[in-house]
Amino acid sequence: MADILVLAETEDGAVVPATLEALTAARQLDGDVHVLLCGDSVDADDAAERLGEYGASTVHVGESDLLNVFGPEAWGQALALAIEEISPDVVLASGTSKGNEVLAMAAARLDLPFVANCTELPSELADDDEVELTRVQWGGSLLEQSQLSAETRIVSIAHHALEAESAGGSAAATETIDMEIDDLYARTQVVGREMAEAGVTLATAPIVFGGGRAVGSAEAFAPLEECASLMGGRVGCSRAVTNNGWRPHRDQVGQTGTRIAPELYVASGISGAIQHWVGAMASKQILAINTDPEANMVVKADYFVEGDLHQVIPAVAEEIKKRKA
Amino acid sequence: MRVLCCVKRVPAPGAKINITADGQDVDTAHLGFAMSPHEECAVEEAVQLCERFDGEATVLTLGPPEAEEQLRYAASLGVQKAVLLSTDGSSWDPQRTASAIASAIETLEAADGPFDLILFGNESADSGGYQVGIRAAHALGRPIVNAIKGIEPDLDAGTATAKREIDGGFELYNLPMPAVMGVKEGLNLPRYPTMRGRLASKKIEVSVMQAEADEGGQTRVTLKQPAETVSNTVKLGNGPEAAPAIVDLFEELGLL
Repeated sequence: MADILVLAETEDGAVVPATLEALTAARQLDGDVHVLLCGDSVDADDAAERLGEYGASTVHVGESDLLNVFGPEAWGQALALAIEEISPDVVLASGTSKGNEVLAMAAARLDLPFVANCTELPSELADDDEVELTRVQWGGSLLEQSQLSAETRIVSIAHHALEAESAGGSAAATETIDMEIDDLYARTQVVGREMAEAGVTLATAPIVFGGGRAVGSAEAFAPLEECASLMGGRVGCSRAVTNNGWRPHRDQVGQTGTRIAPELYVASGISGAIQHWVGAMASKQILAINTDPEANMVVKADYFVEGDLHQVIPAVAEEIKKRKA
Repeated sequence: MRVLCCVKRVPAPGAKINITADGQDVDTAHLGFAMSPHEECAVEEAVQLCERFDGEATVLTLGPPEAEEQLRYAASLGVQKAVLLSTDGSSWDPQRTASAIASAIETLEAADGPFDLILFGNESADSGGYQVGIRAAHALGRPIVNAIKGIEPDLDAGTATAKREIDGGFELYNLPMPAVMGVKEGLNLPRYPTMRGRLASKKIEVSVMQAEADEGGQTRVTLKQPAETVSNTVKLGNGPEAAPAIVDLFEELGLL
């Protein structure tokens, strides 16, 4: 039977949900599922219970002072050491920012290939040194068939490519690995945090009011702001808007901005270029407001209102206020 | 201060990306080219840092001879030196790309001294392998952190503070220089070329080196379109008169 090693990503003292997606994917392969948990920032017994529920048989806890806070070089070395110790056939993480970073770091150390953001894992991955994988290009606008040739196959599964499903498993066994991490790697450890005020973020808002180039100016976003604040949502925008300096980059929805997944995305005056679409496509429902009924965003939307956003959005704000009164 | 930014020439697609008949590449017959968006910010950052600290900014790309266009664009924004690592235009895997870039950097540094800072885009807009910068940094034995949206060097201390975006805020890192960073759009707002910049970009001498490295263990077989999102779009109405129907929808979805 093959051995699959999954990297656990942690945040605020817990394993992140994306890791449970990676475990769900790992379980579909015919193999024994191991997890590497770096450092002591997460309680190992709690983690073993959670990870076991999602199919892990053994949690290997990497022990070193240099692993207790995140650092890409130290975590990358830890993963490389775990790979040497466990000799897995497949090494897997969710394709998050840090997941891909640590896999790439370990792959660089071991001079192995690394295939990022696969959309599914074929069963041959567990036992064949040569395997064809489907992976994301252009943020999901295109797919690539990629041939991976390696004795240890390092891959990430694209975040949100599948939903995490509990296997109903019991707590995983825990084993510690004493890790000798190079002191030098303290140089890339997290040294602090700057957090914004708590509240709904673009990534977590239930409704997002997006505006594109057609909004025309920074000031003209006011009616969209009003709708968002009336409904506990957030304002988003296209890359054209941030490139014009009308909104800060943190408001950008797109391949190079934030991927949103609200219940409803209201896309106003947005044509729906690839760059924007890949950031918006995970929305449960899309309402497009546009003067052009042929616009890409309109064709892909669930609902459409034909009209000028400068007239429609203020009318929507008035209607919301009327009903809330 | 010496800053190097590494950029990639990519097609600039609109609403749909078409694939060539043999399935090997993006059909660029009707497309322009640009550098990846994250890298436009890497170039802008390099120029800003070199303006502030009286330094020299260099841009490097690995790609076909046509990628000279992106190098000249970087020059029009204020980069002083340009290096083309020339390939035949075929798709290079990430291990091979990183290895060729790292050895080119060693050659450049042997001639003119080390770069204090080397900036890569966090990932390319097209192939998105999330690893070239990390592999190159490892080969050079330098620290790297990805997803950086803020850089503040302290030349006296020989360090650079880097801000990484996480959900709801930033993580801070403090890297000793020489350092490498994978940067993301939002790091700054890239400028547009000025007339003077355009003239300078025509005059700049592009150093051409042959890109050389062994192939890695990942090979592109083919590209394909994902399943089309087909939507039976329901029209709710026209103009401001549609507002009640829109708010009805909010209520139906339990959002109001």
